[in-house]
Amino acid sequence: MEKFIRLYSTCVLLPMEDVDTDQIIPARFLKAVSREGFGDNLFRDWRYLENDSPNPEFILNKKGISGEILVAGRNFGCGSSREHAAWALYDYGFRVIISSFFADIFKNNALNNGLLPVQVSDEILTKIFEIVEKDPETIMQVNLEEQLISIENEEIAESFEINNYKKYCMINGFDDIDFLLNKSNEITAFEESRI
Amino acid sequence: MAAAKTLFDKIWDTHVVHTVEEGPQVLYIDKHFIHEVTSPQAFAGLKKRGIPVYRTEHTIATADHNVPTENQHLPIKDVLSRHQVDTLIRNCKEFGVELYGLGHPYQGIVHVIGPELGITQPGMTIVCGDSHTSTHGAFGNIAFGIGTSEVEQVLATQCVLQRKPKTMKIQVDGELKRGVLSKDIVLYIISQLTTSGGTGHFIEFCGSAIEALSMEARMTICNMSIEMGARGGLIAPDEKTFEYIKGRQFAPVGNEWEKKLAEWQRLKTDTDAKFDAEYYFKAEDIEPMITYGTNPGMGMGITQFIPQVNGTSSSGLEKSLKYMELQGGSQLLGHEIDFVFIGSCTNSRIEDLRLVADMVKGKKKAAHVQAMIVPGSRQVEQQAIAEGIDLILKEAGFELRQSGCSACLGMNEDKIPKGKYCVSTSNRNFEGRQGPGARTMLASPLTAAAAALTGRVTDVRDLLKD
Repeated sequence: MEKFIRLYSTCVLLPMEDVDTDQIIPARFLKAVSREGFGDNLFRDWRYLENDSPNPEFILNKKGISGEILVAGRNFGCGSSREHAAWALYDYGFRVIISSFFADIFKNNALNNGLLPVQVSDEILTKIFEIVEKDPETIMQVNLEEQLISIENEEIAESFEINNYKKYCMINGFDDIDFLLNKSNEITAFEESRI
Repeated sequence: MAAAKTLFDKIWDTHVVHTVEEGPQVLYIDKHFIHEVTSPQAFAGLKKRGIPVYRTEHTIATADHNVPTENQHLPIKDVLSRHQVDTLIRNCKEFGVELYGLGHPYQGIVHVIGPELGITQPGMTIVCGDSHTSTHGAFGNIAFGIGTSEVEQVLATQCVLQRKPKTMKIQVDGELKRGVLSKDIVLYIISQLTTSGGTGHFIEFCGSAIEALSMEARMTICNMSIEMGARGGLIAPDEKTFEYIKGRQFAPVGNEWEKKLAEWQRLKTDTDAKFDAEYYFKAEDIEPMITYGTNPGMGMGITQFIPQVNGTSSSGLEKSLKYMELQGGSQLLGHEIDFVFIGSCTNSRIEDLRLVADMVKGKKKAAHVQAMIVPGSRQVEQQAIAEGIDLILKEAGFELRQSGCSACLGMNEDKIPKGKYCVSTSNRNFEGRQGPGARTMLASPLTAAAAALTGRVTDVRDLLKD
């Protein structure tokens, strides 16, 4: 997993609620056996028209819109457990997702792949939407060490929650398997205690 | 005296190997189900590290998501699908994991075969790289869906790092009205609590209406607990649970059975245990349900009216109704439909097929409707044939296919075409879930069968009257 400490980036807005993982990456694109390449089909059915040409109405296809931070409506990532959703967002180039609410499994999957889910209040989310809508070139800072997102001169400096363990993993680029493999003695002892 | 505990807490706490300070817990997993779609990258991870599957005896594989439901004896036509299924076969062989693949008599949807084979038992922790793993909770265990990185964790260590969810009690009391099934109960609950109402929680379903349900009906409820955002749902085991498990292929036998049974009989929430959230519903309030929108929370009683779009609302209702090409304020009853899909880990078990067969026996489906029935497993298919259900369905114009996830998620060729309406017994009505542009209405197997007969959204109670 790549380290994540701090990021300065413009934001991409997706002001929709209940964005489910079938929208993030439709099931018919889950046939690959590696983790790479899913970004090509990120938001496939919103991003492309039936003839496979880009849908000019969709945010990722709009001129002058880019960034490593996706800002989305409430309950982002609901539905299927497919980690391919996190892979697709990461592969496309996103490093941070901001929303006022995340589905549980998606949140775990994101954290396990160096994609930082930042949960803010509905009010702050609306404020970010307003600021970035007005000026798409607005730069946001996401500082994991300080657990803070901020936009200069716009009075946004909002702290966010992340448990210490996951924070440590993201900052150092460690994944859970390393941690668990180091616990093998405890796991074996647990198994023996149950017999 | 020890503090009163919920059933969830009891099972969870006895599986904790280690607690990370201010972090997650290392949870020991008793059974790990894997399938072709969410496992290849996990096996690749093991190979990269040069480590084996730690407990092959607790790992069970099947091919279900991506398999054709016709001519399963022939090579899979779709190159990518075939490659994925072949990769599973190769990985299972290389790592020594038992595989119930295509052609195996135990093959089927992972959440159908676990209980059917008696692998799923009370008091266990069960995971699978699939959100509907919650299904197994009907047997009084902790079962939840995980991502592929977590699949790799479990393959490597038989443990997964998780934060303990909060607990929620959902109690449904009273007697169900005629024509109302467990699918209607769960669609009703989700319509009340929304798709995020259970997020962060593990649900215990209880109450007289839940206790009265068969094991298969209970599975339908736990299956859809994820659709309200919950990590999972469980139901305390009782005599029905034990009766269901007894004698199945992997059920304990002899002294081991007696020992397990004694353990299982103690699996109950203590009387004074506190839940973090509690909800109460009355079975009498529940009608046959149907969804009108593009998430499972957008459901209503079959005779109800679709909510009006409120200009200031950002709930996505307007976008949903546009996608579904439906009008706020109108009824769905009588709306013409094109497809009926009876299948998926929610409703593809033998009881579902029996209900459908009883309803359509001696009748014909509407000429313009394509009605697809996909059994949840090879064993369900064989049972249906043994009971003559296949013939009843055939005579009524329904296609009985071979087992797999099929049109629930349209990974194989079983897709609903763009713009077509499908009354489906599956679990998700998301945009494009059953195929790009497909319009899904979720309902019970009875409501789906009724729609197939009339060609329209139908109140099944009208057909049950005679």
